[in-house]
Amino acid sequence: MALLKFNNVGIAGMAACVPANTIVNYNYTEHFSAEEAKEVTDKTGIQERRFALPGTTSSDLCFAAAEKLIADLQVDKSEIDLLVFVSQTPDYRMPATSILLQNRLGLSMQTMAFDISLGCSAFVYALSVVYAMMEKSGFQKALLLDGETRSRVYSPKDRKTAFLFGDGGVAALIERDERFGESFFSLNSDGSREDLIKIKAGGYRYPSTAETLVEKVIDEHGNMRSEEHGYMEGADVFNFVLREIPPDIKRLEAFSGKALHSLDYYLFHQANDYMNGYLAKKLKLPAERVPSSIAQFGNTSSVSIPLTIVSQLQGKLVENKEAMLCAFGVGMSWATAFINFNGCHISDLVEV
Amino acid sequence: MKENFLASFKEALQIEDREVLITDVFRDYEEWDSLSRLSLIAALDEEYDLQIEDREFEQLVTVGDLMAVVESKVNG
Repeated sequence: MALLKFNNVGIAGMAACVPANTIVNYNYTEHFSAEEAKEVTDKTGIQERRFALPGTTSSDLCFAAAEKLIADLQVDKSEIDLLVFVSQTPDYRMPATSILLQNRLGLSMQTMAFDISLGCSAFVYALSVVYAMMEKSGFQKALLLDGETRSRVYSPKDRKTAFLFGDGGVAALIERDERFGESFFSLNSDGSREDLIKIKAGGYRYPSTAETLVEKVIDEHGNMRSEEHGYMEGADVFNFVLREIPPDIKRLEAFSGKALHSLDYYLFHQANDYMNGYLAKKLKLPAERVPSSIAQFGNTSSVSIPLTIVSQLQGKLVENKEAMLCAFGVGMSWATAFINFNGCHISDLVEV
Repeated sequence: MKENFLASFKEALQIEDREVLITDVFRDYEEWDSLSRLSLIAALDEEYDLQIEDREFEQLVTVGDLMAVVESKVNG
């Protein structure tokens, strides 16, 4: 079982950047009628999303967030010797985007830099990787960058996904300090459900061809997408979440010896407001301690939890605030963490 | 079982103005949409602690079909 405990490592500060280009779902009517747009928007609760303009990538968003964080915390860049970039929408297939960011941020060539590609659960996963490495004495400071441009992944002509996804990038500075105390992680995988959320073509199993780029009608409602667009089986994802997430949280409670209700905040991956509302009810969590940003930013995949922290919890992560981070999605992959945000600086949201 | 099931089914779909019959084709209801599928998933989890995956759910036509699957899972 991937149950992990770390000591005296934590997030000293966080920043986020979203594109200024705001998509108001009621007005997202290029391919759907105003009536349909209203119906979907009212059902999902996603009012707005941010779309990066052509030419802007997830690493541009992360770069802006990182520069803001470094400036706010007056970080000496020579002390950053670990850089991890999380994304499934990287700049290139190769080289790794983290290495481009090492150079762009002006970090030393003695920086360890690599990418993690995982999807919705990835911020929590990457945090566990960075915490594990930071427990060792070799690193001074680590920068975890996480960016997604999911607006480009899904078909704008597929009603099931056209109104859900948005773009964003975040930066987290991770340090060793006794004030952070203990943190706990539970990490999980189920590849038997690989077909629930997927972009089938464009990798090496089903390489890009002229055929994979053709948009086709996929159902009786006239929804259209190509095999290079993402799709999601929403009902089965909900089934999956209900089956796997509450037991995972219980496992982490038992492992950590902490009672769930003793924590200050509960952050769920922002995929579906209805689903998170039901999870909170099932787990008997008070709504005011379950921050949400899905109405403003939609589903930004792995970025959604840290973006929720930056946009909803600024100034609130002062002394000894403990939070649960619980993320789930494509893979399927899911992770839960109990983390102490002791004096975590949250920068103002950056727009580009 | 039947009364309990029909009550939670009606609540999930927010049907208030009429009785639900086990012979009803639930996808023909005016109330049926993608969110009612999610409400139903939540209701089955809450009431019976069970899930019906899409592949199986797609085969179900009437309210009675759904109730039979729930019954077999509860008793199985």
